[in-house]
Amino acid sequence: MARNLIGPRMNHDSYPDAYVKAILDTTKTIAMVGASANWNRPSYFAMKYLQGKGFRVLPVNPRAAGQAILGETCVANLNDLTEQVDMVDIFRNSDAAGAIVDEALAMAPRPRTIWMQLGVRNDAAAQRAESQGLQVVMNRCPKIEYARLNGELGWQGLNSRVISSKRRKLAS
Amino acid sequence: MTDQSKGPGFNTLAIHAGAAPDPATGARQTPIYQTTSFVFDDVDDAASLFNLQKVGFIYSRLTNPTVSVLEERMAALEGGVGATATSSGHAAQLLALFPFMEPGAEIVAAEKLYGGSINQFGNSFPRAFGWNTTFVDADDPENFRKAVTDNTRAFFIESLANPGGVVSDIAAIAKIAHEVGVPLIVDNTLATPYLCQPLAHGAAIVVHSTTKFLSGNGTSIGGVVVDGGKFDWSQSDKFKGLTAEDPGYHGLKFTETFGELGYTIHGHAVGLRDLGVNQQPQNAFLTLLGIETLALRMERHCSNAQAVAAYLERHPGVDWVEYAGLDGSQYKALADRYLPNGAGAVMTFGLKGGYDAGIKLVESVELFSHLANIGDARSLIIHPASTTHRQLSEEAQKVAGAGPDVVRLSIGLEAIDDIIADLDQGLAKTVPAAAAE
Repeated sequence: MARNLIGPRMNHDSYPDAYVKAILDTTKTIAMVGASANWNRPSYFAMKYLQGKGFRVLPVNPRAAGQAILGETCVANLNDLTEQVDMVDIFRNSDAAGAIVDEALAMAPRPRTIWMQLGVRNDAAAQRAESQGLQVVMNRCPKIEYARLNGELGWQGLNSRVISSKRRKLAS
Repeated sequence: MTDQSKGPGFNTLAIHAGAAPDPATGARQTPIYQTTSFVFDDVDDAASLFNLQKVGFIYSRLTNPTVSVLEERMAALEGGVGATATSSGHAAQLLALFPFMEPGAEIVAAEKLYGGSINQFGNSFPRAFGWNTTFVDADDPENFRKAVTDNTRAFFIESLANPGGVVSDIAAIAKIAHEVGVPLIVDNTLATPYLCQPLAHGAAIVVHSTTKFLSGNGTSIGGVVVDGGKFDWSQSDKFKGLTAEDPGYHGLKFTETFGELGYTIHGHAVGLRDLGVNQQPQNAFLTLLGIETLALRMERHCSNAQAVAAYLERHPGVDWVEYAGLDGSQYKALADRYLPNGAGAVMTFGLKGGYDAGIKLVESVELFSHLANIGDARSLIIHPASTTHRQLSEEAQKVAGAGPDVVRLSIGLEAIDDIIADLDQGLAKTVPAAAAE
């Protein structure tokens, strides 16, 4: 399991499939920082997709606080959340990600995983999170990783890098 | 089972990549999903699919479960992030350029290309679309830099050029492309990913006619575009089709939303949607069957071709042989670097008897098939000046390596003694004709 991988720092240029898969398999609730009520923004795409795969996604964005996004009420900051989350998914730029990681580390209980979206990478913040036992994924999208590891990505001609002689699960 | 630090070997990918037992039936070989359309669960499901918020099948012009296996397999074999299969190799070239070309935009291409590509790039693209191509001598990579203007959007070369024997210095041309901020597109049809992997040498995109060695049996027309996922489309405002808000998807920006996968998703969601050049599932199935044995076949194609080239080089009726596997070839050093497993199956040679001898030879052979294709299990022969390149002027024919005396061979998988015996009896009939002139 991924939690056993804590200790040596992850190589954030290339994650083993088992690491990402274990994170997604053990995650039920995601706080999405930078969630958008605008349906054509990437964060909206990801939120809608993840909801469809059974994840609970709680939107966080001061500019949309109080609004409903895809059936969930948006809060301004991570510390406004009243529910425990397994993962904080950061849809902000790399610089802004540092302060969000610190907010996440101040949560009680803490999330198990910090996930920074495609194009978002903050190694200093990742090191702070990892030194406190959290798992970190950077510069990846959970929607794409879920699709990749479950055989859906190939449907668009994309390279899942998964080889298996086992029958895949029927898509939900 | 995948170890991402190393990854499965070529032959494992050639058989398994993209394919898995059918989730519904357990069928082990990839089923042919011969259907135009796929049902939606409900209206919301349909909306999510059309908005690209969910991955799934809508209509086989966009994606199809059989075709997508071929796409993923080709992406894996080339070391790319994704692929888009097309109705032909020419369609692949059109689709590869489509996301970022516009009227007035330019391509710099090698002048030694497949004759059909010279027509496509040199005549039809400028006339119909205003896409203008400057053809340069690729033997000096700096010629690409010299031809660059503010409107240049891409470089285009063949790794191993058709009709034959010419190898491009992919890494040197890729370096110049990188420096001027445009993608290098490489047609890897003659080499196949077994002999050459252009993305590893710095190319941004690879295109194929899958009609040739990939399908291998001369059954199916098809093409594919493979994206390496490394080119930064947002480095300038030259590639707006990928980086700017797409009006067809309510302002979605493909590179922002899908990152390195944006080019391939655009290829399906916009390219195939609007150009309509999708590959048929039956063809994808047959091509997948071929790819399973690609490495084994290419080894034999190459060893047979090497023997034929050596035979021709010694024949008194043959003026010259162009095959990069020959020690005397000016491209031998490039072939050793880029095609270490063999110089391919296609070669050209010149007959001392010129145009008439070429026609005599193609009519005299009995094992070789006289037709306009390459990459079949069968040995093939053609006289380009009277067929594939006949629309070009004699000057343009010579520049393309297809002058009046030139014969092109695509060496098949038959017994090598029979291949050489057939050429021997055919060439014997051309020599007296030459002597009589």
